[in-house]
Amino acid sequence: MTVAKPLPHDAARLHVTGAARYVDDIPTPTGTLHLAFGTATIAAGRITDLDLAPVRSAPGVIAVLQARDLPFANDVSPSAHDEPLLSGSTIHYLGQPIFLVVATSHLAARRAAKMAAITYQKRDAILSYEDAMEADSRFEDGPRIWQKGDTDEAIDTAPHQIEGQIAMGGQEHFYLEGQAALALPGEDGDMLVHSSTQHPTEIQHKVAEAIGRPMHAVRVEIRRMGGGFGGKESQGNALAVACAVAARLTGKPCKMRYDRDDDMIITGKRHDFRIDYRAGFDDAGRLAGVEFVQMTRCGWAQDLSIPVADRAMLHADNAYHLEHARIESHRLRTNTQSATAFRGFGGPQGMLGIERVMDHVAHTLGLDPLAVRRANYYAPSVAGGLSAPHAAAPRPPESISGQMKSGEDLTSRGAVDDVPPGRALQAPAGVQTTPYGQPVEDFILHEMTDALAATADYATRRTGIADLNAANPVLKRGIALTPVKFGISFTLTHLNQAGALVHVYQDGSIHMNHGGTEMGQGLFQKVAQVAASRFGVPLDAVKITATDTAKVPNTSATAASSGSDLNGMAVKAACDTIRDRMADLLAEIHQTDAAAIRFEAGEVHAGGKTYTFAQVATLAYENRISLSATGFYKTPKLEWDRIRGQGRPFFYFAYGAACSEVVVDTLTGEYRILRTDILHDAGASLNPALDIGQVEGGFVQGAGWLTTEELVWDEDGALRTHAPSTYKIPACSDRPAVFNVALWDAENREDTIYRSKAVGEPPFMLGISVLMALSDAIAACGTTYPALDAPATPERVLAAIQRVRDAD
Amino acid sequence: MSYTISLTVNGDRRDVTFEDARVTLLDLLRERLALPGTKKGCDRGQCGACTVLVDGRRINSCLTLAVTLDGADVTTIEGLARGDVLHPVQASFVEHDGFQCGYCTPGQIMSAVGLIAEGDVGTDPERIREGMSGNLCRCAAYHGITEAVLDAARRMTDDKTRKSA
Ligand code: FES
Ligand code: FES
Repeated sequence: MTVAKPLPHDAARLHVTGAARYVDDIPTPTGTLHLAFGTATIAAGRITDLDLAPVRSAPGVIAVLQARDLPFANDVSPSAHDEPLLSGSTIHYLGQPIFLVVATSHLAARRAAKMAAITYQKRDAILSYEDAMEADSRFEDGPRIWQKGDTDEAIDTAPHQIEGQIAMGGQEHFYLEGQAALALPGEDGDMLVHSSTQHPTEIQHKVAEAIGRPMHAVRVEIRRMGGGFGGKESQGNALAVACAVAARLTGKPCKMRYDRDDDMIITGKRHDFRIDYRAGFDDAGRLAGVEFVQMTRCGWAQDLSIPVADRAMLHADNAYHLEHARIESHRLRTNTQSATAFRGFGGPQGMLGIERVMDHVAHTLGLDPLAVRRANYYAPSVAGGLSAPHAAAPRPPESISGQMKSGEDLTSRGAVDDVPPGRALQAPAGVQTTPYGQPVEDFILHEMTDALAATADYATRRTGIADLNAANPVLKRGIALTPVKFGISFTLTHLNQAGALVHVYQDGSIHMNHGGTEMGQGLFQKVAQVAASRFGVPLDAVKITATDTAKVPNTSATAASSGSDLNGMAVKAACDTIRDRMADLLAEIHQTDAAAIRFEAGEVHAGGKTYTFAQVATLAYENRISLSATGFYKTPKLEWDRIRGQGRPFFYFAYGAACSEVVVDTLTGEYRILRTDILHDAGASLNPALDIGQVEGGFVQGAGWLTTEELVWDEDGALRTHAPSTYKIPACSDRPAVFNVALWDAENREDTIYRSKAVGEPPFMLGISVLMALSDAIAACGTTYPALDAPATPERVLAAIQRVRDAD
Repeated sequence: MSYTISLTVNGDRRDVTFEDARVTLLDLLRERLALPGTKKGCDRGQCGACTVLVDGRRINSCLTLAVTLDGADVTTIEGLARGDVLHPVQASFVEHDGFQCGYCTPGQIMSAVGLIAEGDVGTDPERIREGMSGNLCRCAAYHGITEAVLDAARRMTDDKTRKSA
């Protein structure tokens, strides 16, 4: 078996020798042209005059395109057709592309793009939550509201009540490789596009629309990204479309790469949220009822904001059984960058709301927050538990196509409005359900929390910290142990499908392709392990190839942590088809049962004879047996009605828990993370080394979101933090001094690829333990609840300390 | 006005003529010398992705004007291995899986080679983390990176002691 091994990333040698190629490294043909956008310098208003003559006459400029010069669709939206590539005249945010410069070099294009003389008629920009609420500037008709039980009654009759608010900032992806695309025109209007994208099919679709050709004329290829984190799910559309349009116009290869500042000013980021809450609870801190009003600034275009806001609602419970809950979600339209997918996809924001409630409840009652959390956990999973309800009968394709708008990009997570709702399921009696009615049958956090509390020595350290804090007026320590329960699956049910293509050549070497993209998460390696294990061959017999829309069509984005779950299964199906054909042949030759034929260690054992895998491949070829197969997989058991907020949107949950300790200097607000212990559930891990890397990386990124990474817009709507000098992501020295990460070694109870679990996003939310530890440390400065907002920069920490001290 | 310089890159002598004095070493490497192993993360000296060695010292190539390098000896990630034999720092990054997406890796490795050569951090993990903190990794593969540098530092010090013994 080659699965379940701590193998390093594929292409390791290429990475360390600088030979691993990213889009910007692909050698370009001579004559390649370079592109840059001219962008808006106001946040809202209209262009009254646009003088591009200075741009056109700038050195090296070949062409300058405006909205009216675009031959076909002027649209790069993944959802609501509300995102023009180039603004016609209305300006929706500061940084919005207005015109496109095509020049002989990257620098020439960028310099020329700055030379336009643009006159605007400004209007008041809608920037804040208040602005947007007041103007009723939002996506969808009104707030989305999910209700379970009778919240008002439950809260009002409970022994204790609290209410409060937590604000949390957005987050810049800062993928180290910026957005990039290269389009190469072919014969007969064909276009080959290299794009740094998590969603090649969508690039293909948007490019096809923009150049007026069917999808078959456009091929999109991506070998690897230098980081994605959700920022390359839809934000690469503009560059790829711009390149294709310019390539069609000039007949020359065209390339576009955002400079870092442009990247930060133009592209969308994580959604910032403000959550108001009200809760009623008993003396043990057990919630009787809770109510959330979630507000998020979606920016100027819809993009993926609807499913992001949905996922925030879907994680408003995190690990806690909420009998009476009301969740109201406002998706506000503002004159800022269009907020987009980012690791966790709204989940972290929703989860932070309930974690704040737990912290606030514990503070109110003077209890250990961990005790309050545990008192509210879902009931433990029942061994052998209840079987989940059966999936609805597949709908006939006609009933779906009748409801589609033509040109709708159905492979986008943003395609909510054009997809018929799934059927909601009935929960089996006696099982605790989430606020949206999904039974929680696999809850393992009780055991995980016990184990982590023990290895992290939580109880003893908590007492020790209290003593230290009592003795030390300046340095205060804080500790927190927080859980994560994260739902795995795309909430747009039909996206939970994947395809694969596998060829075996006569020499026994294997070419594998699937719809997933590699951005550092180790997907290619994991899926190659699956292929190697199905054929019983060493890993180096499997060639990992670039993702290519011509090999596997109609793919979903590599997102929602679904990469290995979906693509692993599709590759397994393809490999098994070929292996079964080989086995049938050998069974016939040896007059034995096909099931008795074993593929292992590069050999095939049949009826007492041993072949090399290559011999079997040759034999199959000579016997005219196809050695190529496609594989397909769709996630079972999903049924979801997002409008009513009812059903089973997730195949399963992934769990984790983190315990962090911090020390705060109460004179300056500066702090350090002293120690973090993590226990994370990756199911039966396919590759523990890669999974531990994901867990560590996710935690650090999550902690960054909640501590140092601050996005600041000024009153004109200009993003002031648009470079690493002002936007601080965690560095090597910011990692906790003591950092212990372990995997919870247990099989997924659902039938996933080798019973593993998805691991891309869930660990991100382990970072919440750091914010809660900071809250704990600040609380030691007085008796008032700190109500710490995020990101908890030293300034914000200091302000919270002042608040707590002043209140006493 | 044009400028001509002559420098050594990965052991090869290169004569280069520029029309524009503002060309950075990073652009020279990537765009003129076909050495795209050195990455552009920010182009303003704040991420470390473009780290190379100039006369044995680590520098951000995006902040260095190429015209200032007449006579200099430049080593990039492409010039570190000796044929098929990886440099100890490279080998160590493979062994400790010191990356995820790999985009920061060439800069991390060049920075580590420079750091070890500076000789001030020895094998103290805390000082290694400090010394590497100019090289951002958004995937936060910092654990593997620190382990890799530490291990390479140990091996290289051992080698040195053995040779001098
Ligand atoms: S590219 Fe030179 S430091 Fe970022
Ligand atoms: S490995 Fe991705 S940035 Fe370091």
